[in-house]
Amino acid sequence: MNQAATTGDDLRELYREVILDHARSPRHFGPLPGATHSARGVNPLCGDKLRMYLLVDDDGRIADATFEGSGCAISVASASLLTETVIGMTTGEAQAYFAALVARLSGRNTEAAAAVELGKLRALEGVKEFPSRVKCATLAWHALNSALENDDQAATTE
Amino acid sequence: MPDDPPRETAHWRADFPVLQQDVNGKPLTYLDSAASAQQPAVTRPDLVADYQRRDHANVHRGVHTLSQRATEAYEGARDAVQRFINARSRSEVVYTSGTTEAINLVAQSFCRPRLAAGDRIVITHLEHHSNIVPWQIVCEQTGAELCVAPVNERGEVEPEALYELLDERVRLLAIAHVSNALGTVLPVADIVRVAHERDIPVLIDGAQAAPHLALDMQSIEADFYAFSGHKMFGPTGIGVLYARESLLDAMPPWKGGGDMILEVRFDGTTWNDLPFKFEAGTPNIAGAIGLGATIRYLEGIGMQRIAAYERDLLDYMTSRLSEIPGMRLIGTAEHKASVQSFLLDDIHPHDLGTILDQQGVAIRTGHHCAMPVMDLFGVPGTARASLAFYNTREDVDRLVIALHQARELFAA
Repeated sequence: MNQAATTGDDLRELYREVILDHARSPRHFGPLPGATHSARGVNPLCGDKLRMYLLVDDDGRIADATFEGSGCAISVASASLLTETVIGMTTGEAQAYFAALVARLSGRNTEAAAAVELGKLRALEGVKEFPSRVKCATLAWHALNSALENDDQAATTE
Repeated sequence: MPDDPPRETAHWRADFPVLQQDVNGKPLTYLDSAASAQQPAVTRPDLVADYQRRDHANVHRGVHTLSQRATEAYEGARDAVQRFINARSRSEVVYTSGTTEAINLVAQSFCRPRLAAGDRIVITHLEHHSNIVPWQIVCEQTGAELCVAPVNERGEVEPEALYELLDERVRLLAIAHVSNALGTVLPVADIVRVAHERDIPVLIDGAQAAPHLALDMQSIEADFYAFSGHKMFGPTGIGVLYARESLLDAMPPWKGGGDMILEVRFDGTTWNDLPFKFEAGTPNIAGAIGLGATIRYLEGIGMQRIAAYERDLLDYMTSRLSEIPGMRLIGTAEHKASVQSFLLDDIHPHDLGTILDQQGVAIRTGHHCAMPVMDLFGVPGTARASLAFYNTREDVDRLVIALHQARELFAA
């Protein structure tokens, strides 16, 4: 059967194979012993609850990242993709990436945002057609950002 | 299979032009009436339009003609409410902004002056947040304790377990008539009888019952009964607190202002008669008139007929949903009304909601303002399809097709 015809191209864009794959088998899932930063992300509308853990080394580089919690396919896949993306970044790079992603998914693209290469996270761009789901896609990133901001120095020294 | 739906359905549906539209390129299938029901486009006579175009003025205040007409329409709606719920007197019908305000009124005006440390309020595990939080607030204010009667795995309150809690410390029992998340219909008349044998007053949250069941205050014998206009095909911002006259008489006003007083003096103010003592300030006149018009519309169909039609439709929906592989029905009480919560495979309800919306199918997803119910079933939320008399088997069939498509999309 032609699924695109029955379920709609927008839905196929939203639930791309990479999203479904990460939702089914999230990477870096679980607590992170020795984490230097952590924050919760809660989306009360749909009950998504995530906790993001980061291990930032002395050079301000994210040495490891994990998450745990439960949520819809979009929020879990986004969190999983986040961990893959930010490991190895400096905290400053991760925050710039956060700002660019939020801007692009919520349709407020700027020159600075457009300059950031989204890589795998392009898979999330399908949410642009689903305004009620943008929060799901950015939840983990907001958690990442507050985890970094709660630390006085690490978020801004880069 | 039950018989085909009665021919009137097509006629009822035609009264709701909102249902005749396409959403995302598909015919709208509105299965979210438990969150807010659609309103009939035209009620005859069109009381709201008459009031807005011809009769608007403030109520209870002017000797001039428009104020008298507005007052007549506003109070006429109160008579309609009294008739609709079979209250003994129109003094027992207090307009509120909705169920939430009605329950808060009882918590603050009836309970707060009567409660002390050691007293108890009893609710059940299946309540909506609006029948939990007002009691938590008044317990916090007074040192009283909130006790919760258990619910079984089908989503039923087991009467014996509830009755065990009803001892001499209990100052109020507050229960839903119909659970918004599970659809369970509670045997409220039996529960009230037992509570009254123990001198415990009872408040019933009727928000989900008013759109589906014929209500009779004199047969239920509740002390307080709260419901909302917008859940029963009327406007938002208007609701009703029914209360026994003797209780309202003994209760102090909750809000102060115009219209709720007889005389205001700096050495003492006296309260207006019932029900005006509880209606401070210029009320939601258009809302009340709209509620009255809706009630007249519903009376034209007949709540018994609506209840019978919906019973058939719910049976049909339950059996069609049960046929879907990976379906987990949440809330399988023996006595239910118009609501079915469910989970499909391990698809998150929010994803289901988006996929169904693309097929024009509107359902509610999430915790349904009943987080303790979700905890009870160990789920973060559910998908919920809720029915009204304007829904048809075709709506249910569209829901089922869309759910199959969701499974396809998420299949590994």
